[in-house]
Amino acid sequence: MTSKIIPRTHFWQGNEACAEAAIVSGCRFFAGYPITPASEIGEHLAWRLPQVGGIAVQMEDEIASLGAVVGASWAGAKAMTATSGPGFSLMQELIGYAFMTETPCVVVDVQRTGPSTGQATKGGQGDVMQARWGTHGDYASIALSPNSVQEMFDLTIRAFNLAETYRTPVVLLADEIIAHMREQIIIPQSDQITIINRKKPKPTDKAFFNGEDVAPMPSVGEGYNVPITGSTHNEYGYRFTADRAVHKQLVESLIGKVRNNSEKIVDYESNNFDDCDVGIVSFGCTSRAVYETVDLAKKKGVTVGFVRLKTIWPFPEEAVRNIAKNAKVIIVPELNMGEVFYEVERVVHGYVPVIPLNKIGGGEMITPEELLAKIIESVKKVD
Amino acid sequence: MKKRTEIRITGLGGQGVVLAGKILGKAGVYDEKHVVQTQSYGAEARGSAAKSEVIIADKKVGFPMVRKCDVLVAMSQTALDKHLKDLKEDGTLLIDENLVREVPKIRARVFKIPATKMAETELKSKIYANVVMLGALTKTTGIVSQQAVEKAITESVPDKTQENNIRGFRIGLELVKQ
Repeated sequence: MTSKIIPRTHFWQGNEACAEAAIVSGCRFFAGYPITPASEIGEHLAWRLPQVGGIAVQMEDEIASLGAVVGASWAGAKAMTATSGPGFSLMQELIGYAFMTETPCVVVDVQRTGPSTGQATKGGQGDVMQARWGTHGDYASIALSPNSVQEMFDLTIRAFNLAETYRTPVVLLADEIIAHMREQIIIPQSDQITIINRKKPKPTDKAFFNGEDVAPMPSVGEGYNVPITGSTHNEYGYRFTADRAVHKQLVESLIGKVRNNSEKIVDYESNNFDDCDVGIVSFGCTSRAVYETVDLAKKKGVTVGFVRLKTIWPFPEEAVRNIAKNAKVIIVPELNMGEVFYEVERVVHGYVPVIPLNKIGGGEMITPEELLAKIIESVKKVD
Repeated sequence: MKKRTEIRITGLGGQGVVLAGKILGKAGVYDEKHVVQTQSYGAEARGSAAKSEVIIADKKVGFPMVRKCDVLVAMSQTALDKHLKDLKEDGTLLIDENLVREVPKIRARVFKIPATKMAETELKSKIYANVVMLGALTKTTGIVSQQAVEKAITESVPDKTQENNIRGFRIGLELVKQ
C-alpha cells in the first residue's frame, strides 16, 4: 500500500472519503472515541495516518479527544476528531475553548437520530442548531454540509482550509446516510487541490490573538512564550477577567472574522432560481430527493427552484432571500422537527410563506414523492 | 438495460448482506455504471434485521434509497415478509430456500436458491451463502457482468477467503443454469 491515494475514480464510503481528504489536507493528528455512525473515520485514519507519519489515538472519551486535538493543533499539526450527536454534546465545552483560543481544528459530526443515545444506527439532521449554538457564550460558527461521497471529500478539505484561514474550529456536519453511503468519487491530481496553511508569526511578532485580521499562530516550542487561555485575554494572550473593553474587543474579533468574511465562506448549489413557483431550501442527505422532485413537479406543471446549503453556518442568507423573491412559497424539508426552517423564516421575514416538511426516526429519508405531495399541497394553499 | 435498477438484499446481521451489496456496487462501477449503495443494520452485531441497497443507473443517482425493488433478495423469512410489499410486479425475487419456507403467490419471477446449503456442503461454511446468492443474482438479472463481480470480490474480501468466495459465486451462477 502506497501512502498516497491514486487520483482516479474510486467507489468509497462517505466516511472513507472524509478520512482520505483529511490526509490530503495535511491532517497528521486524529483523536477520537468510536461511535456509530462516525467510527469508520477513526478506524480508517488509525490505519492510514501512521503510513504518512501521522498519529491516530483512541482516547478515553470525546472530551479528551477534542482536548488532544486542540493540543496537537497548538503543537503545529493539522488535527481532527470525528463523532456523532452524543459525542458532539460532550465536545461542546472544548469547542468553546477552541473558539476562544482561536485554535484551528476540524470536528466531524455524523448526525444520527437523537436526542441522547436515540437510534444509534439511524440517520438524522437534528444537530444543525447545536453546530451553531452548542457551546455557551458569543461566537460565530462555520459548519459545512456535504450531500455526496464526493463532497465528504471536497468539503473536508474545505473545512481544514477554513479552519486554518480563520483559526477556528470548523464543523463538518454530515449525516449517517451520506457517511455510510458508497458511490463514485473522483480524486483529482494533487496539483488541482488547494491546501491552505495557517499564517505563522515573524520572529518579532508579539500579538497572537484577536487581531483585526486573523493573527499569526505560533506553535508551542517555537519560543514565543504565548499564554493560551479560555479566559478573556488581550492580543498577547494575557488574562483580563473583569475588563469590559478587552472582552468586547476579543469577542467582536472572534465573531467579526467569520461575519465579515461570510461572502467568501458561504457556498451553495442552486437551480431555477429566477423562475420558479416553489422554492426548496435543503441540505445534506435530504437534498438528494430534491433533484428528482424537480422533474416530478415539472410533469405536474409546477416549476421548482432550489437552494442547497453547502455551508449551513454562516447561513446563506442572500441566496435564500433571492429565491423567496421569485417563489410563491418556500418548503424546507429536513430530518428533524424544524431547525433550518426557523432560519429560513428569519431570513424570508414574512415575504412569502415558509412551510416545513419534517420526518424523524428509523433513518428514513424524505422521498421525492413525499416532497412532491407537499409541493402540490402548498401551491394549492397559496393560489 | 433499464435506466435505473433498484436492488435490495435483505437478511440478518452476520449473513454478509452488506458485503454483498458492496461487491455488487463495486461491480457496477467496473461496468462503468453510476452506482449508489446504502445499508441499514441494527445496533446489535449479529441477528438483527440487515439490508443493503444498490441502485445501478445510466446517469447520476439523485435519491439514493430503494423505494420499489426491481430485484429483491431475501435470506430470512422475516426479511421476505417485511420487504415483499416493495417488490415490483414485474420484478425478480431470489430467496434462500433453506431459510425462507413460505413464499406467497406473486407475479414476479421467483428463484429459490439453496445458497446456505451449497455454501455449507461445497465450501464447508455458510458464510459464503452471500456470494452464492450474488452468483444467482448476476445470472438471473444480468445487471452486472460476471467479470466485474469477480474483480469486485477479489478486491473486497480477505486474501485467504478469495478462492472460496469466487467458487461460491460460480456455484451461484451454475445453480441458475440448471
